[in-house]
Amino acid sequence: MKPDAAAKGSETGQKLSSFRPYPGRRRRALVLGIMALVLILVIVLATAFGSVKIPMATISGILLDRLPLVDIPRTWAGTLETIIMDIRLPRVLLAGLVGAALAIAGATYQGLFRNPLADPYFIGVVQGAALGAVIGFLLPIGARGEMMVPLFAFLGAVVSIFVVYSLARVGKSLPMTTLILAGVALGAFFGSLVSYLVINSGASQIHGIIFWLMGSFSLTRWLEVWLVLPCVIVGVGVIMLFARQLNVMQLDEEQAQQLGINVERTKILLLAMAVLLTAAAVSFVGIIGFVGIIVPHAVRLIWGADHRFLLPLSVLAGAIFMILADLLARSLLAPTEVPVGIITALVGAPFFIYLLRRRRRVIF
Amino acid sequence: MAEMAGIEVQNVSLGYGRRKVLDGISFNVAAGEMVGLIGPNGGGKSTVIRALSRVIPAKSGKIAVNGRDINRIPRDELAKLVGVVPQIPLLPSAFTAFEIVLMGCNPHLGLLQQESAADYERVWQAMALTQTRDLAKRRVGELSGGEIQSLLIARVLVQATRVVLLDEPTANLDINRQVEVLGLIRRLCLEEKLSVLVALHDLNLASQYCDRLILISEGKIYAEGTPAQVITQENLKAVYGVKGGVSVRLANGRPVVLPGDDTPSP
Repeated sequence: MKPDAAAKGSETGQKLSSFRPYPGRRRRALVLGIMALVLILVIVLATAFGSVKIPMATISGILLDRLPLVDIPRTWAGTLETIIMDIRLPRVLLAGLVGAALAIAGATYQGLFRNPLADPYFIGVVQGAALGAVIGFLLPIGARGEMMVPLFAFLGAVVSIFVVYSLARVGKSLPMTTLILAGVALGAFFGSLVSYLVINSGASQIHGIIFWLMGSFSLTRWLEVWLVLPCVIVGVGVIMLFARQLNVMQLDEEQAQQLGINVERTKILLLAMAVLLTAAAVSFVGIIGFVGIIVPHAVRLIWGADHRFLLPLSVLAGAIFMILADLLARSLLAPTEVPVGIITALVGAPFFIYLLRRRRRVIF
Repeated sequence: MAEMAGIEVQNVSLGYGRRKVLDGISFNVAAGEMVGLIGPNGGGKSTVIRALSRVIPAKSGKIAVNGRDINRIPRDELAKLVGVVPQIPLLPSAFTAFEIVLMGCNPHLGLLQQESAADYERVWQAMALTQTRDLAKRRVGELSGGEIQSLLIARVLVQATRVVLLDEPTANLDINRQVEVLGLIRRLCLEEKLSVLVALHDLNLASQYCDRLILISEGKIYAEGTPAQVITQENLKAVYGVKGGVSVRLANGRPVVLPGDDTPSP
């Protein structure tokens, strides 16, 4: 090695340290800030839209009035406040929470499996939730409280991941390929049970089941928001803490270990958090496909693969995307509602293909 | 500290399933020493490196780093002591070269910590030393095998471990880069008193750059010592079974291996 080459390197290193490759911290903060503002704007906008026209000023007044330390004189009718606060706002907020949860869970599955197509279907979680929900719908009327469907859906998701996990485990380690194979097998098994139960269900239940299988935010109350919120806070918080580890785990497992990652423990923890987010999101609103794939990939296409940026941005973008999709779902054919799962794929797919064609480069 | 530093391997055996890959191997690498692992393919060179970084645990025997049994060191702490340059691994193609090198900081950061400005500086210096600075913004999916190998060396420099294990670090490099990379490793080994164990295919590079060589064949150490003691016609014929024969000459006081029988060229 020529000695002057090294000396030259450290000299220019000083200057270069101001240069940040791809994208710099300040730019990241700016992007996150803008996305957060857009999210707030979209929340207000989505709350304003509906069968009863309410002026923006009134909406803003009602919403701001609820903030601590803000007091807006009431110039609006009480019914308007009920529509905003008890019907529209919880629905918009739940859509945001579910979108955020599905998007970051999708990014986590893709990171853990190192596979761009990974989603909760890979490990049978969605099929398990579906089976649970359908069983909830088919319970005899007497035993059927209104919380039975979400409860059974949540249990179905949790039970299926435990089954898949114990099937896939080899000694102390959890090989990801075995996990996927076990998940796909169990998913197919659950899927066929769901189909069988659906064709044998009565006319009174089938509409509810089909709507659940395609996802819908109709009839959302604050209760759902308060139940989903803690799951989202825990899941998002833990996964974001491990963003750097998730980056290192994009190398193979051997390198990740050599760089100090306890791969088995981290895999299991992050998988559990992603399943928690998926189960919480899916159990109340049903299956909404495609969000967990399209949102993280759109973020990767535009801003790159670093999980420290990808994860928070997926949370914001997922929330925005889902609120807008639900807005379309309830206003497209108003007063009839379209299942939101149809909208996410119908609108999301063309947008995604546009991004894919516009930016041709390695994204995963 | 001076006596304890480095790698001690005592009677280590290890296998994949029933097949025994290492069979009672013992050797030491002291601080400030660069030791080469040579031997035929499948003889166990890469497995030694995997065992030393505890990716595959040894079945029996003891491996100690800086005097501590590696089985008793938690994973994150072990990565502060032992750094590895793997042999042509798959890298996630969407990451930039800079992001790959930055991963060397990982073992030194807690769950809530971010890389500091000083860490970024170390990354830039490591990239300057390995001549990969110009690649910083490029996606690793677009890079050549040689460029990736240089990045991995930069990453192990950022990891800043006292023990460095390298698996064929020059396999994809041009001759000038081979000389630069091994020269850099040798210099750091001497200056920073690192313990370096490097698996090399190229017997001549091993001979020129290493203090000592370990010739490994069929999971056992066939010969160990200075390059002149290990690279002999008899050893090579016994281990590689070269049919056409090889000849060994001396250059700079170190053996050089030439293909073909020892007949003077015209």
